[in-house]
Amino acid sequence: MYMNQTNGSRITAPVNKIIPFSCVDGPGNRTVIFLQGCNFDCKYCHNPETRALCINCGLCVEKCPTGALTLATDALDTSKKHVVFHPEKCVSCDTCIKTCPNDASPRIINMTAADAFEAVKKQMPYIRGITVSGGECTFYPDFIRELFILCKEAGRTTFIDSNGSYDFSKNPSLLEVTDSVMLDIKAFDKSQHYEVTAADNDMVLKNAVYLAEIGKLFEVRTVVVPELYDCRHTIIETGKLLADYQPIRYKLIAYRPMGVREQYRIYSVPSQELLEEYANILKDLNWKDVVII
Amino acid sequence: MRDISMERVNETRNAILDIIKSPTLTHEQKVSSMAGKADSLLEVLELPEGLDELLFCGIDKKCICDLNEGHAPVRPRYIIPDYAKFMKEGSEFLQLEPPKDLYEAINSLLIFYKHVPSVTNFPVYVGALDELLEPFIDDVDEATAKKLLRMFFIHMDRTILDSFSHANIGPIATKAGRLILEVEKELEHAIPNLTMKYDASVTSDEFALAAIDTALHSAKPSFANHQMFKSELQDDYVIASCYNGLKVGGGSYTLSRLILSNIAKRATDIKDFKEVQLPYVMDIMAKYMDERIRFEVEESGFFQNNFLAKEGFISQDKFTAMYGLVGLAECVNILMEKEGKPYRYSHHEEADALGVEIMDLIDAFNQSHTNKYCQVTGGHFLLHAQVGISDDSEISPGTRIPIGEEPEELLTHLKHCSLFHKYFPSGTGDIFPIDTTAHRNPEFILDIIKGAFQDHLRYLSFYASDSDVIRISGYLVKRSEIEKLRNGNAVLQNTTGLGLEATDNLRVQERKVR
Repeated sequence: MYMNQTNGSRITAPVNKIIPFSCVDGPGNRTVIFLQGCNFDCKYCHNPETRALCINCGLCVEKCPTGALTLATDALDTSKKHVVFHPEKCVSCDTCIKTCPNDASPRIINMTAADAFEAVKKQMPYIRGITVSGGECTFYPDFIRELFILCKEAGRTTFIDSNGSYDFSKNPSLLEVTDSVMLDIKAFDKSQHYEVTAADNDMVLKNAVYLAEIGKLFEVRTVVVPELYDCRHTIIETGKLLADYQPIRYKLIAYRPMGVREQYRIYSVPSQELLEEYANILKDLNWKDVVII
Repeated sequence: MRDISMERVNETRNAILDIIKSPTLTHEQKVSSMAGKADSLLEVLELPEGLDELLFCGIDKKCICDLNEGHAPVRPRYIIPDYAKFMKEGSEFLQLEPPKDLYEAINSLLIFYKHVPSVTNFPVYVGALDELLEPFIDDVDEATAKKLLRMFFIHMDRTILDSFSHANIGPIATKAGRLILEVEKELEHAIPNLTMKYDASVTSDEFALAAIDTALHSAKPSFANHQMFKSELQDDYVIASCYNGLKVGGGSYTLSRLILSNIAKRATDIKDFKEVQLPYVMDIMAKYMDERIRFEVEESGFFQNNFLAKEGFISQDKFTAMYGLVGLAECVNILMEKEGKPYRYSHHEEADALGVEIMDLIDAFNQSHTNKYCQVTGGHFLLHAQVGISDDSEISPGTRIPIGEEPEELLTHLKHCSLFHKYFPSGTGDIFPIDTTAHRNPEFILDIIKGAFQDHLRYLSFYASDSDVIRISGYLVKRSEIEKLRNGNAVLQNTTGLGLEATDNLRVQERKVR
């Protein structure tokens, strides 16, 4: 059994957002915690403001219409300033996000696992578990582990939503408290993966097999953008790679321009027929649970 | 019987003539409307002093509403026959032997329904259909059983012309229950309304998920907190009409409702409301209900002469009455304004605390008021969060949050419901249109039901935001039928008319989608 090592922990993670109820982030109703920062640069990313960490340039502070953002002087180095977010004044107009030249968000709250768990507890008994997402949440494995221990003690399930760049096999103590992982397979071919995300996918595919082998791969997802990469190839090869580890859910997500950076709103939305064709390919490869979103 | 003026007689005659000439009423609707007009000419009840001013006045001042039950109650408002007894023993009056197979069971039930009166002249309860049919379900192969059920439900939908008619299933999974859900999913009918009694400790997830799947296609079943109802009304309760918890073999003599918002308008401030105005109106409404009940039991002869009572399908000692209320939200908002506070119901703790305080007062009043004909519920009425009627304007059902003011987060909405559902053993409920993405994750809704029932919610309804069948207040209507009626065509079911008015007055198609 895992030990509760969270008492008084000072480990924090930058939380971008907490969605109390989600029907699309794993089984049943889940609270989703989005952590800030990502090492991929996916062209179709629909929340690009979760990618970078704030560099405290202060541009958003000037534009905020409600005074929800202020600049404060650092206690240790008075020559530096940092952005402070006052959530009670925020009206979610997203002016700060539209202003940020850096793909970051100033609306970040650094939380300990205990803080985050307090926010999760409000949803009990309505949720069966939590999902930690991002950004790329595995930047903060110790935070996740501490949070998951608290969730487990409360009888809730724990899921990670990851881009697969983190070597899960090296962190058994995290997996010990993680019920399952949902992994993005953004392209099967390495060079195409680079084209989509500006990163390679060796670790992603290694993780897919490793997590499937230990029975902790709940779902893989592929965003279908036929004009960007060979979606059919990715779906067939991923389908074959994991065919022997069923049941795993395969979620086919249609590209949508909503939220995407302007220069990448150029792709067309794939047709329902195409998505169903891909779903049928997977079904022929022994995948029972294929979901089109 | 008291005399009435010729002026009133003539007004009523003109109203009857209008009904006769109406281009949009069906023949059946005309007959029942004319009967209502005839009844309105009777004056046989001894009305409590002060009632006139509170009941017979403009819609913006009316503090008590008797939901058009008529002037001389000829039968109880809601009747809950013991269908299990009928299946076991048949009926002498209807000349029916106990059914021996699925064909006979369905045929017998359909005959029986035509002889169950109510305020709408249609049965408000059609039975725990899974329990009633399960003993016969293996008489035929599954395809035949499904076909028979399909015909059974089509027959109900086309002959029980009012969706204040309710079937129950659950809490235990059965083959009959599963087939009923499959058929209802395919048919997408408004009638009958359907409730699943749900108890996480005895209802399988599989059965509940099948119910959710059906609900996302046909806006039913709704889900009743079985443990909660059982703890208040024991095992032999049913859900009837909109969502009313009542006893098998009994029912409700009558239902009147306090229009809390209009009572608040009479008050100078919160203190005056709590100490003077509310107690005054509550007392008059209770006395009015007492008098209606007295007439039904002692004078109408219903319990002496109707075959349902004679053969023991109902008995008077299992009846109670429903003490209803509407407009708590608007009441709280009006009182807050009178106190000069900008707080609104469901948006501020102080406003919600006032709502709870008002409910406590109503509950305490009800517990102190006794009626000798309500033995089955300890000599008291049961509180009822009435769902509203179609000409209500600026009056939200029961304790519901007004449409358009729902909190951003579903969680906040549910937590608000949990403050109020406990007060209403004879029914309350909240309705949530669900975004279609939940179709792919019915367990999402199951988790919400499980959580809500742990959190003391009583009754929940869901429907898909793009569904043709939608829930108006408690009852169901097809959007496509509303449009037919809007275009001046007669439609089969009475409740479509109510749905049309409610769409315009109560903005029910504008609920926040979750």
